[in-house]
Amino acid sequence: MGASQTHSAYKYQDLMTKTGFSLEQIKNLHYRFRQLSENNETLSRENLENIKDLADNPIKKQIVEAFFDKRNQHQNEMGSFEEIGFEQFVMVMSHFRPPTPKMTEEEKLAMRKDKLHFLFNMHDSDNDGKITLEEYRKVVEELLSMSGDIEKDTARGIADAAMLEVASTNVPNMGPDDYYEGITFEHFEQMFKEVEMESRMHVRFLDVDTRTIHCGSSTS
Amino acid sequence: MDDPQASLEPTKGNSALFKLNYPRIQIPLEITLWMLLASFAKIGFNMYHKITIWVPETCLLITLGLIVGSIMYFANEEPPAVHTNTVFFLYMLPPIVLESGYFIPIRHLFENIGTVVWFALVGTLWNSFGIGISLFAICQIDAFGVHDISLQENLLFASIISAVDPVAMLNLFEDVSVNEQLCIVVLGESIFSDVVTVVLYNMFNFQAKKEVVKATDVLLGIAEFLEVVFGGLIFGIVFGFVAAFTTRFTSKVREIEPLFIFMFSYLAYLIAELFSMSSVTAIVMCAITMKYYVEENVSQRSCTTLRHVIKMLASISETLIFFFLGIATITTEHEWNWGYILFTLLFAFVWRGLGVLVLTLIMNPFRTIPFTFQDQFALAYCGLRGAISFALAFTLPDFIGRKNLFVTTTIALILVTVFIQGITMRPLIGLINIRKTNRNLYTINAEIHCRLMDHTVAGIEDICGQYGHFYWKDKFMRFNDRILRKILIRDRRAESSILALYKKLELQNAMLILDVVSGDISAAPSIISLYEEKKSSSKPNKLLAVEVKKMHDILSKNMYKIRQQAVSFTSKHALPNDSQPREIVIRRHNSIRRSLQSHGFHRAVKTFFFLHVPDVQENMSEVVYPSRTPSPGPAPLSSPLREVPSVHDRGKSGRTRHGMSRTSSSYSDSHVPAPRRHSKSSTSDKNSAGNFREPHHKAEEPEQQQRPLSPPTAWAAEPKDNVTQHPLLRQPQWNPKKM
Repeated sequence: MGASQTHSAYKYQDLMTKTGFSLEQIKNLHYRFRQLSENNETLSRENLENIKDLADNPIKKQIVEAFFDKRNQHQNEMGSFEEIGFEQFVMVMSHFRPPTPKMTEEEKLAMRKDKLHFLFNMHDSDNDGKITLEEYRKVVEELLSMSGDIEKDTARGIADAAMLEVASTNVPNMGPDDYYEGITFEHFEQMFKEVEMESRMHVRFLDVDTRTIHCGSSTS
Repeated sequence: MDDPQASLEPTKGNSALFKLNYPRIQIPLEITLWMLLASFAKIGFNMYHKITIWVPETCLLITLGLIVGSIMYFANEEPPAVHTNTVFFLYMLPPIVLESGYFIPIRHLFENIGTVVWFALVGTLWNSFGIGISLFAICQIDAFGVHDISLQENLLFASIISAVDPVAMLNLFEDVSVNEQLCIVVLGESIFSDVVTVVLYNMFNFQAKKEVVKATDVLLGIAEFLEVVFGGLIFGIVFGFVAAFTTRFTSKVREIEPLFIFMFSYLAYLIAELFSMSSVTAIVMCAITMKYYVEENVSQRSCTTLRHVIKMLASISETLIFFFLGIATITTEHEWNWGYILFTLLFAFVWRGLGVLVLTLIMNPFRTIPFTFQDQFALAYCGLRGAISFALAFTLPDFIGRKNLFVTTTIALILVTVFIQGITMRPLIGLINIRKTNRNLYTINAEIHCRLMDHTVAGIEDICGQYGHFYWKDKFMRFNDRILRKILIRDRRAESSILALYKKLELQNAMLILDVVSGDISAAPSIISLYEEKKSSSKPNKLLAVEVKKMHDILSKNMYKIRQQAVSFTSKHALPNDSQPREIVIRRHNSIRRSLQSHGFHRAVKTFFFLHVPDVQENMSEVVYPSRTPSPGPAPLSSPLREVPSVHDRGKSGRTRHGMSRTSSSYSDSHVPAPRRHSKSSTSDKNSAGNFREPHHKAEEPEQQQRPLSPPTAWAAEPKDNVTQHPLLRQPQWNPKKM
């Protein structure tokens, strides 16, 4: 027990520096990971999709996919995993940390960029670095899919209008036959210029060790 | 003078023809004259934009009251007793509170509900008790000659002066674009502190009668407090739902729809009063609960009427109260006590400042965006006192020995805070470099992504098993969609906010057109049809620049308008509408005009989306436009186009509109049956949301190409009354009188 404790502590240390979570938070997340993966070492897509509460989420697929997306691992790789380990799980979660008052301006900007990248990757499913009209349409359709019987045309129209908006704000002087290929990351960033998204896109990770509060078996 | 014919009784002084019966109408007349005077003053005041920036309107009203008061004083007249307890609490307070409750932005409120309640509740309690106890301590000092004031009376007084009325500050914050969290806390605090104050007032009033306060009394007081507030909440929610439910059935009686709303709100207030619950809470909760559902159910006109009337009533009430404040300053019997008054002022500031500091300190770790020191300073400094304090002081029961002193002190405090803090706030805010708002521009993209982020975070929270804000919000929204909307709203589709925003855009655009009295081309509603059309013209992924530009203009104008609307919850004295519609219309005209010229006939035709002219050869026999003759082909279009160059020369003023009206009406000539069809269907189903589905089905029969038009035109402005013409089409026959 002692050996595995120190081993996990060492691993946690590593994760802590990489992601910025505290030790308590990582322990909690590890507990949750083991819960989700049914005590396996790796998590598969089915594990995540089986979460009951997630069923009602209109963009469930994209969220689950985001965990398996290599681009969210900060390692400049592309493609996707089949299964992820705890490290990848935590890396993805780290995108949702709230900004702390102690961060410097660069850190804050980096975090914002990070979150934007996450969102961008959610849209850009074919990894080509651009969000094309089709991809955007898909996202909007999914988003509206749970809101009753929205006609497909409407969703499409909204996506089109949104796309057009981005195009017109970013490339205002297009010639009559220019082709706007898709939203690049810079344009995407531009979209969010006025939006305060750091506070919208964060999860309050618990610092308290909830294991002692849970009734039931402890797994370590 | 005696008219020999008419004087039947020559012994009576006056001629029988001219009778003056002043006493009969005295009170209504005076009130009316005051209202008029105050309103004229507002007009005059607002002409000088520079002044309004520096001096809040309440200052003006009070000054006016002071002037009139001095006149009355020198004329030795008694002001009418407008401020009895009954009149204030039953007639003047409800409109003010209703207005606050109705226009509060619900989403922001609930996102910050913890902070708001914390500051309002605990803050007001802190202030009351702090000021009360320290004043009591001061009273013990014999030098001031006030040691006959008991603790209860001090607490009563302190509770009166803890009611803050920072609405004037909100206007300022809005101007300076202070961050939203602060705005909502200030707004929420003003509402809820009113609640707390009134409850405390009633409680202490009751206690003040007793000589000795026992511990059980205190506990009883606390229990009573909670009971009163929760009772009020429940009454409010119940009445809100009842009102919402009622509006589901009012489609046949549109004219009295607003009446239902008012009656139910007032009923909530009165019934809560009946049971001695907090009527202020009841009416606020009623407004909050019913607003969302009611605005879906009632017609656009009723909605506008409702908003207008609420604002108007609130404005009247407040005007009268402040006006009377000015008058009362001069005419009532004052009891001036330097020590008491100065210490009250001091303690009011000190305790508020301390309160804000301490409360923020406790609150900040729980907030996602903590309050900075600048925020705290602004929060502390904007604690103006206002109408409620004054009215409560004035209606103190007479068994309070030192009532006059209290009244004087309250007036002094109000005057000091309103004038000094009100006027100096602006430069100070500028100096302290407060965090500005990052308000979204309410673009479609922003809305889409906000929703995306919400769902993402909710999903992540589900995955990591940690529940936060979004979880509850999500749950509530789901409950709302599944159950509440089905019961309370006539058209039962669940809706997404993106869709709602989109519809709002369309609808507003259409309403905008309606308000402008001249021919017009509405361009916005057909954003969708643009793309349908593009598809049929086989350019699936290309976004032509000309369309890009036009869409940009249109969207940006729409966004601009939306932003004005959505953001103006803070302006108490202005309606959430209105200021730039004409400018926008003109600019849109220009953009359309420009595109017309630069891109020739066919493109221009194509880009006039709603016209959808390629369908000219279509079956138009189904529809008979009252005054339109279906034109046989593209030919008529060329003539309007020839007019365009002449339009070009005109300046960018209202004349542009006339130019466009010529073109538009001729365009309308060849306009397609589609809108007419939909207005037919619209008359049968008065809800535009409902229309969205129905015309779509009805449009199944006619040609394929018609269908793309159905969604947008159905969305756009079906004025939910019986106008059979398509409102987007500006026709000469459009009769604005038709209601």
